[in-house]
Amino acid sequence: MAVTADLPTFQPGAREAHPIARLVRRRLAIGVLTLFLVSVVVFVATEVLPGNAAYAILGRNASPVRVRALETTLHLNRGLFAQYWVWISGLFDGRLGNSLLNGQPVWNLVEPRLVNSAVLVLVTGVIGSLLGMALGALAAVRKDGWFDHIMSLVVLAATSLPEFVVAIGLIILFATDIWHLLPGVSLLPPGTYAWSQPQLLVLPVATLVIVIVPYTMRMMRAAMVEALESDYVEMARLKGVPEWRVVLVHALPNAIAPTIQVIGLGFLYLAGGIVIVENVFNFPGIGQGLVYAVDGRDIPVIQLIVVVLAAFYVVMNILTDVIALMATPRRRIAR
Amino acid sequence: MSEPEVRGAAQREVRLKVTGLEVRLGRSGPDVVGDVSFAVPAGQVLGLVGESGSGKTTVALALLGHTRRGLRITAGQVLLDGTDLLALSPRDLRAARGARVSYVPQDPSSALNPTLRVGTQIREVLRVHPGAAGDAGDRVAEVMREAYLDPTPEMLRRYPHQLSGGQQQRITLAMAFACRPSLIVLDEPTTGLDVSTQRHVLDTVRSLCRSYGVAAVYVSHDLAVVSGLVSEVAVMYAGRVVEIGPVARLFGEPVHPYTRGLIGAVPSPERAEALAGIDGQQPRPGRRGAGCSFAARCDHATGDCTTEAPEPVTVAGRSVRCLRAREIQATHPERVPAVAGKPAAPAAPALSVRGVTASYGSTPVLSGVGLEVPPRACVAVVGESGSGKTTLARCVAGLHGNWTGEITFQGAPLARGARQRDKDVLRRVQYIFQNPYTSLNPRKTVGQIIDQQLKQFTGLSRRDRSARAAGVLEDVSLGQDLLSCYPDQLSGGERQRVAIARALVVQPELLICDEVTSSLDVSVQAIIVELLRRIQRERHLAMIFITHNLALVRSIAQSAVVLRRGAVAESGPVGQILEHPADPYTRRLMQDVPKLTRSETRFETHGPPSPRSA
Amino acid sequence: MTVNAPAVPPAAPPSRPLRGAGRRRSSVLLAAVRTPRGAIGLGMAAMVVLAAVIGPLVAPYAPDALVTLALGKPNGQFLLGGDYLGRDVLSRVLDGGWVLLVMAACATALGIAGGALAGVSAAYLRGVSDGIIMRAVDVILSFPQVVFALLLLSLLGPRLWLITIAVGVSHAPQVARVLRSATLDVSERDFVKAAELQGMRPIKVMAKEILPNLISPLMVEAGLRLTYSIVVIAGLAFLGFGQPPPAANWGTMIYENRIGLSVNPWAVIVPAALIALLTIGINTFTDAFARVVIGVDRRPEQAALIDDLGQELSK
Repeated sequence: MAVTADLPTFQPGAREAHPIARLVRRRLAIGVLTLFLVSVVVFVATEVLPGNAAYAILGRNASPVRVRALETTLHLNRGLFAQYWVWISGLFDGRLGNSLLNGQPVWNLVEPRLVNSAVLVLVTGVIGSLLGMALGALAAVRKDGWFDHIMSLVVLAATSLPEFVVAIGLIILFATDIWHLLPGVSLLPPGTYAWSQPQLLVLPVATLVIVIVPYTMRMMRAAMVEALESDYVEMARLKGVPEWRVVLVHALPNAIAPTIQVIGLGFLYLAGGIVIVENVFNFPGIGQGLVYAVDGRDIPVIQLIVVVLAAFYVVMNILTDVIALMATPRRRIAR
Repeated sequence: MSEPEVRGAAQREVRLKVTGLEVRLGRSGPDVVGDVSFAVPAGQVLGLVGESGSGKTTVALALLGHTRRGLRITAGQVLLDGTDLLALSPRDLRAARGARVSYVPQDPSSALNPTLRVGTQIREVLRVHPGAAGDAGDRVAEVMREAYLDPTPEMLRRYPHQLSGGQQQRITLAMAFACRPSLIVLDEPTTGLDVSTQRHVLDTVRSLCRSYGVAAVYVSHDLAVVSGLVSEVAVMYAGRVVEIGPVARLFGEPVHPYTRGLIGAVPSPERAEALAGIDGQQPRPGRRGAGCSFAARCDHATGDCTTEAPEPVTVAGRSVRCLRAREIQATHPERVPAVAGKPAAPAAPALSVRGVTASYGSTPVLSGVGLEVPPRACVAVVGESGSGKTTLARCVAGLHGNWTGEITFQGAPLARGARQRDKDVLRRVQYIFQNPYTSLNPRKTVGQIIDQQLKQFTGLSRRDRSARAAGVLEDVSLGQDLLSCYPDQLSGGERQRVAIARALVVQPELLICDEVTSSLDVSVQAIIVELLRRIQRERHLAMIFITHNLALVRSIAQSAVVLRRGAVAESGPVGQILEHPADPYTRRLMQDVPKLTRSETRFETHGPPSPRSA
Repeated sequence: MTVNAPAVPPAAPPSRPLRGAGRRRSSVLLAAVRTPRGAIGLGMAAMVVLAAVIGPLVAPYAPDALVTLALGKPNGQFLLGGDYLGRDVLSRVLDGGWVLLVMAACATALGIAGGALAGVSAAYLRGVSDGIIMRAVDVILSFPQVVFALLLLSLLGPRLWLITIAVGVSHAPQVARVLRSATLDVSERDFVKAAELQGMRPIKVMAKEILPNLISPLMVEAGLRLTYSIVVIAGLAFLGFGQPPPAANWGTMIYENRIGLSVNPWAVIVPAALIALLTIGINTFTDAFARVVIGVDRRPEQAALIDDLGQELSK
């Protein structure tokens, strides 16, 4: 009986899966386009602009013979599109060329560094995101209490501080006179893996966690405050729902979705943060590798590392977008 | 389903008794509401009416022992079946909420949790109040049927956004009735619903309260909605109940000047009456002064009224908070019938719309719409939300460029978008937006806003422009001191008058008014409608008046066009459409639109709503 | 967004809200200075700026003069001791700030101007312009700021102007994103449509109708970007990409003297503390301003009033 006059316009199933698939496809397409443009920018910046890379490497007074030789190594003697093609196809089939500094294959130089940095970013990302969400939720539930006030000051300070200042502060506290607990710089030779000496990870991870937690935390707090002041939470309270259930069942799921997107941004900060932090702690990752390469103008290495970092960010972004989308049923049908 | 024999003496007992309720800003700030007292017997509905800022929602929430952030219940009792809810421990209060007293929110789309299935949300009430209503599983299905929802697993599995507005509101009704409470507080539950859906929801509320002996408090700004539903009504103004009594008496012979003003401002679809608004605005908490809060807007006010706070007195079977209640009761408010506009003499139309089809992206909104606006005449375009009425207005104004068909103005075809139209056409066709809160740039003063219009359209000197600006403010009854004000310093009614002034100052020939009163209170709406009518007559303007409110049409337009799903359902002279609608859709609209019953006899014969095809 | 906290003075006469009284933009800045946070933040930043500006004039020794023991402990003559080559740390600290400040200010101005231009036009013009601008934003955004700067520096070497431009350009996408969404919000409002119905040209609509409504987010962004400019520029100097060696620079000093941390920590602690003081100060003031703007500091009673009065105040 009793079918309402206001007719349901919704057909289950038909609309459920479709829009999300379309959105993922759209995000993927934009991601691929972005990556393509990134590769062009990297290529143009390192090989075309301004003037000849060979001279940039060898100096203005290099002999024509050496310049010609280097140009051949770098494929600079071919047309622009051919050069790009050689380079981009190298990215896919692993023929990335050799380092200009020591002649070793680029991949052999970068691969162990990549693994080390991945471990650093992953450990930091997981700890930072979980900690940020927990602290943010707590601050929101205790809004305007002492914990919230203290955290807001801590967040303010932590978002302002440069990574190297945080790192130096931690070194002074934990690796010099005050408490000599941890190694201040890692003595890992390049080419070895970080997990062989896990205590070396402690300070770099701590530094990066301090740098990224505030962003996640701030967003989580804001989203949680908004949820706790929403009509549906007021409604739940007026239904007599116990407060713990209001927080965990009604507010929390609504606060997580917007926070996930900020976690994606946190990974962007990490991608930049490792450059500085790895250099402070002498940690053999791609950040340190990038600075070495820029110092020595080792163009193939620079290209590879920059493209990897950019690709990492683009992929993370798509991932967090899609996860956030799936966490909110309301958004699933929004365009 | 109803048990008439249960009604009667047993149900006449008082379920809810509120005495001296007071809510303040902070612990010792000014009071938001004060000295609120009323009682509701079982099975009866009390209407709590007032305009925005009157404190009606604050009272509604206080009945559940709840306040919004920053507010505090500082005095009074809320006795529900004899126990004072305000004296309960937090634990007992939580146990009472949802079980003995429940709440139906204003906007179900934001009050239902978007991440939880509706079934979970209904079941939750029963889960957190175990033992309140027998077996939870059976009760869910039962209460959904009571709220006229299909209790299928499929329905229960849906998320709120997958339901229509009416269905969402039924879900909140089901949650409210789930534990068979003694009291239900309904906070404008039909705002934002179409008239037909609104009527269904009202019928459901009425039948549920009757059947189960529930006492209800129904909060609304809409007197017409309340008049058909409740047995007793309390009118709130500036945080006080100014008049309370049986609905028929109160609406039939209002005594308090504010109640009289409010009723005079409500348009009627059945009679062509001039609307009388109440000038000025409601004082906010902390600005209410010593005497009667209404004194500043009251025609009957004397010196005493500004110094002495009125206490409730009993007059003619109701309680009135007015010093001069007895004297005023003897006078009779008069409603002046509107000078019914004569149908325009046949002449070439000022505006003619032929076969206009428009779409947003790939969604068609209008299909083959036609209408004609005679010179010096006002045509009302009426329709429910989604009927395409605003899109039509935007096509004419040039704000929506994606249309086909033909629109001619003074014999010349209009270009699609505003950018393709020349300045003179833009000047002659002026558009007034629905929401005065967004149509004025908050970074500019009223003077700058009007001056900019003159600069864009005329080559007048600075001095001439300011003379014109001063003149037009007078035309819309605003003071010169407003010229240096920013929009956020003005009330909604004042802002809308500034928007009208901005349109008038360049001497347009066609005025398009897009739902210009829908975001305003009814007393302000009346003033704006009267202003527009006066201006339209005085300046011999052609006018298109877009509205969802059928009742308003009579007060302003000579002819009307009813839109339904992007097509014209019916058009003709106003009297003919409202009195003898030919189209079934118009007929249903006329039937469902709530009417303010001012006579002693009120209709209360509605049974439960029956399933019907739209 | 309502920028001004609604004025609800405690016990005013029961008449109209205040009329024509000046409650405009400048008062928001002043209001931010008057909050404890704003005052403290401004004070911290001002101290550092003062030190950096008058520092070169009052430094006791030339920044590159070898005048004391390498990593010598602080004493009466050399208040902060010597650095790793035996130069006076105090003199180098006093001399090493102003270049950083000038570069950060220029980079911020560049980033804000470019980002605002891109964001506002993308949002208001929509369509193709939006697509192109936002793809460019995506591309620059996929490089971390330090990496983007390093990429540009890898070709031309560490030129100061190049660092400034690189940092400025790397700010622009974030600014553009923020302003794009703010503009989308503003340009949906009817007063923008009213301006279009007056036949106003798009450029003028953006400049006269939209931009004045974006001043608050712009100022908040400027504060944030200034903080990040300092962070990135000092970070690059720390990595060795700054002024060439003999010159003093707080970032470079931290890097150089790191090896002597256990001997004379002041050569590291003081420049690090100055950078920290400066960035925290600017960020704290920005935070105070943002709070005044969005009314976070609005007293709870006023917030409640807004809920209760509904549309009249909050729209």
